[in-house]
Amino acid sequence: MRYILAFIWRYRFFFLFILLELISVVLIVNKSYYQRSVITGATDGFTGRIYTTWSEITSYFRLKSENERLASENARLWQKITPGQLTTDTANLRVKDTLYGQQYTFTVAKVISNSTTLRNNYIMLNKGKRHGIVRDMAVFNSDGIVGTVVSVTDNFSWVMSILNQHTRLSARINRLNQMGTIVWKGGSPAIGTLLDIPAHVKIKRGDTISTSGYSHIFPEGIMAGTVEKIYVESGDHFYTIDFRFSADLNSLQYVYIVKNLLRDEQDELSKNVVNE
Amino acid sequence: MNNAYWKDVVRFFVLIALQVLLLDHVNMGGYINPALYVFFILLLPFETPGWLLLLSSFFLGLSVDLFSNSTGLNAAASVFMAYLRPWVIRRAGAPADYEGNLKPGIADMGLRWFFLYSLILIMAHQLIIALLDAFSFHEIGMIALRLIFSTLLTLALVLITEFIFMRQRK
Repeated sequence: MRYILAFIWRYRFFFLFILLELISVVLIVNKSYYQRSVITGATDGFTGRIYTTWSEITSYFRLKSENERLASENARLWQKITPGQLTTDTANLRVKDTLYGQQYTFTVAKVISNSTTLRNNYIMLNKGKRHGIVRDMAVFNSDGIVGTVVSVTDNFSWVMSILNQHTRLSARINRLNQMGTIVWKGGSPAIGTLLDIPAHVKIKRGDTISTSGYSHIFPEGIMAGTVEKIYVESGDHFYTIDFRFSADLNSLQYVYIVKNLLRDEQDELSKNVVNE
Repeated sequence: MNNAYWKDVVRFFVLIALQVLLLDHVNMGGYINPALYVFFILLLPFETPGWLLLLSSFFLGLSVDLFSNSTGLNAAASVFMAYLRPWVIRRAGAPADYEGNLKPGIADMGLRWFFLYSLILIMAHQLIIALLDAFSFHEIGMIALRLIFSTLLTLALVLITEFIFMRQRK
């Protein structure tokens, strides 16, 4: 025993190194949401406060571009509501019916920390449990998809950015209604990849991709990006499509968090199918 | 001891603040991120005991991690870098006498020495980050590209910072 202790003491520099590396690797590998939320829960009061202060200072420098984006979004929304549309149908009747109920509600949130350089990127938002945010809510901005909420504390939430290797989003090519899956292969934060589109459909550069609404998380029809490069990997029957994200993930400021009011019902239904 | 380290303690906190508030938001070409905070590890005095070197590097990396939700990534890279430091100092030519109150820096050790010393250590640091972050060798080209550019950018920042603050320390 004394020899072992003497041995460890002699190489204490090496053993301390190994110990610290082990702790780090355990922290990296422990990617379960529970562990992650325990760690962030303990720290995020502190880091969250620092980031809130900092983003209040820096947001002034981007007010102009943010205003322009909001104005153009307003214009787009004006077009959608009735006064902007020519009504040809005179029998425009509104019935107060549960069939016309609302499925999604939107909460605005401010991005207070963000990264795009890592293989797995996360975004911190200034809304949390107190504002009704829970796990698995979709996040997007007026340009397009941004990510999914993965952990929530009282005042803040962590969003798994689409720039993450665990990203899998159901999407479709609007012109053809073809369904595929969005993933991110790393590299440029401007380029995503759409998989699972069968190699017989005719896709063109510039086709738009938006969410399909099949995932219970993202509503249908939120813009994802435009097709840039189309190719088939050898031995594959499906296209690999590189597309440019419509949202600039590097300059996010305000985003919308989506709450799906019928989520539980949809989940319940699909659970029943699996059980049978 | 009490007096010798206060500058390093201040540097520890200033560099973390600089890294998480400013540099983590600098993304040249999308995915190249300078890690100036390792300047702290480079500048620790030669006579720093091994345990202090490793532990301070660990907490340095961990603090940066807490702000970017990459828990453990920067800590692992920093500890690795700190572990290599004594070896690199021996290889790069240690100062003749430790009594002489020499510090690792351009002022005392010369530009060539400091350049080589920083280059090797920063590259080791970036290598661990690139490997652990990707966690797969499929993207070997990407990893290499990121390694090279992040290393060069960090090295440039370290040398510039060293030049700016060199006169003060003499």
